Amino acid sequence: MSRPGPSRAKPLSPPRATRLGPLAALVACCVLLASMLAALLVGAADIAPQKVALQLLDWLPFVSIDSGLAPVERALLFELRVPRVLLAAIVGGLLACAGAGYQGVFRNPLADPYLLGAAAGAGLTTTAAIVFTTGDGNSLLVPAAAFAGAIGGVLLAYALGNVAGRGSGTATLVLAGVAVTSFLTAIQTFLQQLNVEELQRVYSWILGNVGGGWEQVWLVLPYALVSVAVMLLYGRLLDVLSVGDDEAASLGLNVAKVRLVVLLAASLATASAVAVSGLIGFVGIVVPHVVRRLAGGSYRVVLPLSLVGGAAFLVLADLIARTVIAPAELPIGVVTAFVGAPFFVTVLRLTRRVDT
Amino acid sequence: MRPVRTAFIGALLGVLSLAGCGQNSPAPQDATAQITTATSAAPSPASTAGSSGAAGFPVTVQAGNGPVVIQRRPERIVSLSPTATEGLFAVGAGPQVVAADDQSNYPAEAPKSTLSGFKPNVEAIVARKPDLIVLANDIDGIVAKLGTLGVPVLLEPAATKLDDAYDQITDLGAATGNKAKSEEVATGMRKRIEAIAAAAPRDKKLTYYHELDNTPYSATSTTFIGQIYGLFGLTNIADKAPDAAGGYPKLSAEFVAKADPDIVFLGDTKCCGQSRETLAKRPGWSGLSAIKNDRVVALDDDIASRWGPRIADLAEQVGDAVKKAAKS
Repeated sequence: MSRPGPSRAKPLSPPRATRLGPLAALVACCVLLASMLAALLVGAADIAPQKVALQLLDWLPFVSIDSGLAPVERALLFELRVPRVLLAAIVGGLLACAGAGYQGVFRNPLADPYLLGAAAGAGLTTTAAIVFTTGDGNSLLVPAAAFAGAIGGVLLAYALGNVAGRGSGTATLVLAGVAVTSFLTAIQTFLQQLNVEELQRVYSWILGNVGGGWEQVWLVLPYALVSVAVMLLYGRLLDVLSVGDDEAASLGLNVAKVRLVVLLAASLATASAVAVSGLIGFVGIVVPHVVRRLAGGSYRVVLPLSLVGGAAFLVLADLIARTVIAPAELPIGVVTAFVGAPFFVTVLRLTRRVDT
Repeated sequence: MRPVRTAFIGALLGVLSLAGCGQNSPAPQDATAQITTATSAAPSPASTAGSSGAAGFPVTVQAGNGPVVIQRRPERIVSLSPTATEGLFAVGAGPQVVAADDQSNYPAEAPKSTLSGFKPNVEAIVARKPDLIVLANDIDGIVAKLGTLGVPVLLEPAATKLDDAYDQITDLGAATGNKAKSEEVATGMRKRIEAIAAAAPRDKKLTYYHELDNTPYSATSTTFIGQIYGLFGLTNIADKAPDAAGGYPKLSAEFVAKADPDIVFLGDTKCCGQSRETLAKRPGWSGLSAIKNDRVVALDDDIASRWGPRIADLAEQVGDAVKKAAKS
């Protein structure tokens, strides 16, 4: 199964490169490293970038340099800025990878990580957690609620889709996702309406935040590793799936199983990202498309490059969010949409020739 | 209801529709709808009416929705603003209040009901047979709707300065036939706050950070709460935020840590359960000198987000904290 069959009309762009070339991988990694470095050097606390750079070198193994940073500045860098950049990278990579996975499963370019009710489910449980508990004494409360809600939303949509639809068609599943999203959003809005004084906390969460510190990084990491590994492994099966259910089945692929596994992995990725960062939009839909335009449509290329590209994109978005009106911050969701949309259109225009 | 916050809830809603997930919710408070502060210029609004009898009605009150004429002493007041509820009870109009909104949790004897000031329901309000309605937010065209019923409506929006807060107290007094008491209350508040501020030591240039929630949102010196701190000569670290961030900027956590304010005032003890202990647990904040030196002041969210008679209590709490901080 080294090639996904003869080229036919497919909903997404035809596979141009089927393997991830070393050059593309190198470029993507360099972009990610450069954005992370930029994000580490700049921040609201006004620490000299060259001192930060020295301090970063000092933290490398076997390197010892006196950066000249005051202890408080060093702590601030280590406790706030470093985990923030890492969390942005992890969340961005997860969302973009999950978006690509969903697009592959549904063979639908409009699919995004929130398609099956993950966002609405997390929104509902998080609102409930905020409304029904006083205070924030337990920093794990909101992540746990959001994670459970996101997973619950997807499972609900999946169960509903299976009950309502016959066969393995994805259309019913998408419609079930729409229904679940509206229903859960309605309950969430109702809860919120009853507790207007908590509006602002709920909205703060919805608009996204990657400033959770190391605790949140460690929280998300195991889920991130598992879900990403599964999705990357299934990349080539998604390529087979892209020729259509019947053809894929005739090639010996267990279509329903592949779809379920990728769906579960992508939903796990989405839920863990949502748990530590809120509902950051646009990353999951835009990054895979940009990657597809630039590097080809094979999922063996799109998935890993989306992972890296999504990470770089969210690191840069967060950098903008926390510096453009420093020392005040913008919600990161605003930046991803505001910067991401024009960027997306530009890429679409520039690569018009490739496919439509 | 936390009216001080409504302004930036509005800002949040604005960006939310940008982000493409707009939902129905209260409109942002119209910050320009300032109360006309004509009461000091015209201390006796009822003068033209010849003040027949002890009650002095009819009376004209300059409210946020313009001059409002009240024919008789109201006996069935509906208050949809927690601040107004506090004010009404402070000026002695408590017995005249038949219903207060779902956020009016002070004083305890206030007839808190299920009425909402954020999502006002005209029919539910009318069902209380009010002869005066007081509210702080003109949401969903509620003032115009109630106006068609012929019931006087007083719009007393979030105060933008201390004088507004005093004026609203005397407005409420004049509108309810408790003019003398209300002037006494307003003058008392003013004197008390001025005395507390005058007693505050100013030799140390103290900085402070006022937290509205743990995101963390703060308030600059131009806001109502910021002006109260300004009376004590405190420097607000949130003022470094550009004007574009609004009066209620969401600050960068690393900025707050670096600025290391002398005093931290928590306006999110109720909403978000914040305290010196939870602050110390935040990434990178454990070394804040305000935490180490025990200069984290837990405010009552409600007092710190309203502009009613209890701002004098707030001023006292701030004054005590400043004294303590200046000593060491």
